[in-house]
Amino acid sequence: MAYSDKVLDHYNNPRNVGSLDKGADDVGTGMVGAPECGDVMKLQIKVNDANGLIEDAKFKTFGCGSAIASSSLATEWLKGKTVDEALQIRNTDIVNELSLPPVKIHCSVLAEDAIKAAIKDYKTKQSKKVPSGETSMAQSVV
Amino acid sequence: MKTPIYLDNHATTRMDPRVLDAMLPYFTEYFGNAASRNHEFGWVAEQAVDKARKQIGDLIGASAREIVFTSGATESDNLAIKGVAEMYAEKGNHIITAATEHKAVLDTCKKLEKHGFRVTYLPVMADGLVDLDMLKESITDKTILVTIMYANNEIGVLQPVAEIGKICRERGVLFHTDGVQAIGKVPVDVNKDNIDIMSITGHKLYGPKGAGALYVRRKNPRVQLTAQMDGGGHERGMRSGTLNVPGIVGLGEACAICQREMPEEMQRMRFLRDKLRTKIEEGLDEVYLNGSWEHRLPGNLNMSFAYVEGESLLMGINDIAVSSGSACTSATLEPSYVLKALGLGDDIAHSSIRFGIGRFNTEEEIDYVAGRMITVVRKLRELSPLYEMAKEGIDLSKVSWVTD
Repeated sequence: MAYSDKVLDHYNNPRNVGSLDKGADDVGTGMVGAPECGDVMKLQIKVNDANGLIEDAKFKTFGCGSAIASSSLATEWLKGKTVDEALQIRNTDIVNELSLPPVKIHCSVLAEDAIKAAIKDYKTKQSKKVPSGETSMAQSVV
Repeated sequence: MKTPIYLDNHATTRMDPRVLDAMLPYFTEYFGNAASRNHEFGWVAEQAVDKARKQIGDLIGASAREIVFTSGATESDNLAIKGVAEMYAEKGNHIITAATEHKAVLDTCKKLEKHGFRVTYLPVMADGLVDLDMLKESITDKTILVTIMYANNEIGVLQPVAEIGKICRERGVLFHTDGVQAIGKVPVDVNKDNIDIMSITGHKLYGPKGAGALYVRRKNPRVQLTAQMDGGGHERGMRSGTLNVPGIVGLGEACAICQREMPEEMQRMRFLRDKLRTKIEEGLDEVYLNGSWEHRLPGNLNMSFAYVEGESLLMGINDIAVSSGSACTSATLEPSYVLKALGLGDDIAHSSIRFGIGRFNTEEEIDYVAGRMITVVRKLRELSPLYEMAKEGIDLSKVSWVTD
């Protein structure tokens, strides 16, 4: 299969590889896919409390080159957006940007799912957060 | 050293230049039809075909008269299985094969099931070998054919062919084997191995594509096949069609070279294969061999690189031609059915790479490939959430994954 130049670029130079502290309140973690399906994506966002912007995003992906490129691209797009803006990212945007062929569309779907899962995790943490001034209990790490 | 490096010799092999030299005159100078009995052009072609028949027979311990030329192994498998089914239909309607066979065998059997035949697909053990006791138990008085490959095209596992043949002989059942991966690579002898019918192809043993053969035993027992194509009644009535004389000359020459060079070539393949395995295992943890090590073709190595997906691995080693059992690399989007038949999880099948070492590979290439594999697997593991989780001590089999 021939890969687009953008897929190759993300595969050869993946952006924002790594992990953030999944226990931190300002970090949302999304993990989607399954090893037996051949794709697992972990995507994390770190949101700035003061301005509500996503100031950092990291990923790790087990999967084909298109899955790696989709998640790498997603982290690039997430940075600097608000959480609500991030929710507007659609898998079709990723398909278009990376020129993914039809058999690789599921990679982009997985990336969109990972973004949503990370944001959901962040929002869940925020809603549980005790008001400022009090000491929060250590959260159990999932 | 030139790149890309070809390490996919189970898919096809580069033709040996000596084979090409033998073939060339038969395209232009000696172009006759081997079936033309009344002039020089036909005689020359027939002589060339007869020489090739003998070269092929010599390699597998058969007589020249037991070789039927075909277009390749797929046709040979079809002719063997359908030809026996049709010829011996009155005797019985049961065929036994194995789960790890090539599609040319499996899909032919499936077709016969639609026409009233019953097929037993034997499972294989974790090392890829069929269980002989299970084979014995599966044979009934309706069984007419057992078809089990000599060597597997993905994991290179050599089946206990001589024992299978012996069981079939004792029970009066014909035994066909798809020999394409084994012939010319390891000693194959139709008498020692108790083989009745065997598929052969040129392009897996440094010969041309489009030239194959079927060994059909003439005595003890005499095997008869119903032809699957109608026409001029060539090849003792079993396979009509004008013979592909240059292709057949090439197939014969390729067999003769394999026979002459096999002892040294086997040693060299084994040395390169073992070196590749050792270097990879020295450089990486959590690498698993797929299939039996002991019963294996000298040039085959099939390994799974845990926590790394096969297609992304192939992408990283794009100057090396190998294959993967990953779903993403298959037309069906299913991981390798051969690896699954060994009882491996889909995740390990997705992470597998098949290295097929051949006559033209060098030690320098093997060193390079080992180095590239180590670099790329390390890089992809840095990217892999599974590797990270495994290193944190999380049991991946106990995680509940979020899937649609």
